[in-house]
Amino acid sequence: MSRRVPLEGSFAAAEAAKMADVDVVAAYPITPQTHIIERISEFVNNGELKAAFIPVESEHSAMSACWGASGAGARAFTATASQGFFLMHEVLYFVAGMRLPVVMAVSNRAVGPPANIWGDYSDAMSATYTGWLQVFAANNQEIFDLTLAAFRIAEDPRVLLPFMVHLDGFTLSHVTEAVLLPEQAEVDAFLPPYKNPYMYDPDNPMAYGAVVSPGTYGEIKKAQDIGIRESKAVIKEVWKDFGDRFGRYYNPIDSYKADGAKTLLMAVGALSETAKVAVDRKREQGESVGLLTLHLWRPFPFEELAEAVSGAERLIVFDRAPTLGGPTGPIIGEVKAALFDCRKDMKVAGIIGGMCGRNLEVEEFEEVIERGIDICDKGRQEMVETVGIRG
Amino acid sequence: MSAKQTRPPEFPTWQEMRSGNILQYAGGAKNYRTGDWRTDRPVVDKSKCIKCGMCWLLCPDAAVKQNEDGTYEANLFFCKGCGICVRVCPKDAITMVEEGA
Repeated sequence: MSRRVPLEGSFAAAEAAKMADVDVVAAYPITPQTHIIERISEFVNNGELKAAFIPVESEHSAMSACWGASGAGARAFTATASQGFFLMHEVLYFVAGMRLPVVMAVSNRAVGPPANIWGDYSDAMSATYTGWLQVFAANNQEIFDLTLAAFRIAEDPRVLLPFMVHLDGFTLSHVTEAVLLPEQAEVDAFLPPYKNPYMYDPDNPMAYGAVVSPGTYGEIKKAQDIGIRESKAVIKEVWKDFGDRFGRYYNPIDSYKADGAKTLLMAVGALSETAKVAVDRKREQGESVGLLTLHLWRPFPFEELAEAVSGAERLIVFDRAPTLGGPTGPIIGEVKAALFDCRKDMKVAGIIGGMCGRNLEVEEFEEVIERGIDICDKGRQEMVETVGIRG
Repeated sequence: MSAKQTRPPEFPTWQEMRSGNILQYAGGAKNYRTGDWRTDRPVVDKSKCIKCGMCWLLCPDAAVKQNEDGTYEANLFFCKGCGICVRVCPKDAITMVEEGA
């Protein structure tokens, strides 16, 4: 039986790490991630969680410590945001390339300058090519569920890849919602102990991270790329099992009122829930519109996207991070590339907004839908279309 | 005493490297021929060698081996031909000879 408890998004992430019985947490505090690791340090201090909590001197060290711990067979967890995320960036590639199933919660936040603390996906999107599996949570229940499932997926011998769970800084991290927490025994039955097949072991030495020549690098990268792509089957399998056990099913792309809709709006994270209300209102006004919530960012769900848009004529993609000289936003760039292979006839519009915690109300998402339809049908006015930006 | 130059072993395919950048054994570097990076090889004049071991001590790649008679020579499988042994030999017993010359 699950318990229904009020939890901040940060505490939902911490609770998932605790119930996953992590062995090592190495982290450095940074707004808006701080509550996650403060809560975990309390768990360790009061004996609720038997784990080594390593208060490192930087995020580069945090991820490096998780690398070593995971290699030595420990279940390792950390959390960060924004500037700290960038400081650990180099190590992200190494943890992925070493096939180590570290799980990290990222309280998404804009990147400076200008100096800021508020939420958008500038940090998340910078990690697109790091080789980490990545999902976006849209509410606090999803933070808990997706983090718990992340351990099982990452540690699956068919996967062995690190996993990032993105949650909106402040919008989720500092907002309290009711969250259903399962019994510890139910979690234990879902999540078997972690066993690293290439464990650091003096009695069975291996060479880790050897230098390679041009004659080997490409093959290793191809093996890594195929590994990430093939993980999608395991992700779907584990999410299905999670649903069967706990009653909440997750999909790479969730559809809302999308059946038969001529126009689809796509969003990720917490604002996709605001977008749902806008879709309801436009439906009441007679507009044939639905919503796609993108959960799985890496591996990118190409087949699921093709399926999700199969009945629609227009797709409006809402981005919450700039690409500064690239496509409107990172997600529209990926979506357009994916659709070029399967739906060249589809009319696609990208709109960017909600940067650095700028609030977007339902009315603004209605505007996104109206303007998006306009862009699809008549072409865009500017290379980068924005919502809520003055001038 | 030129070691026979052989091709490096065939590189593995991507399918054989699915564990990532992990070699599932230790000590693999001893199979890695660095000798073919060399343009000049060190040649020891045993009649001048006083068996002091300076070349053995200061070789940056541990590519100098001791012979049974106590003299030293380069292991040409590993020697990259840097010439440090020539510089540190107190008896000028080592000279660099161009490969293929």
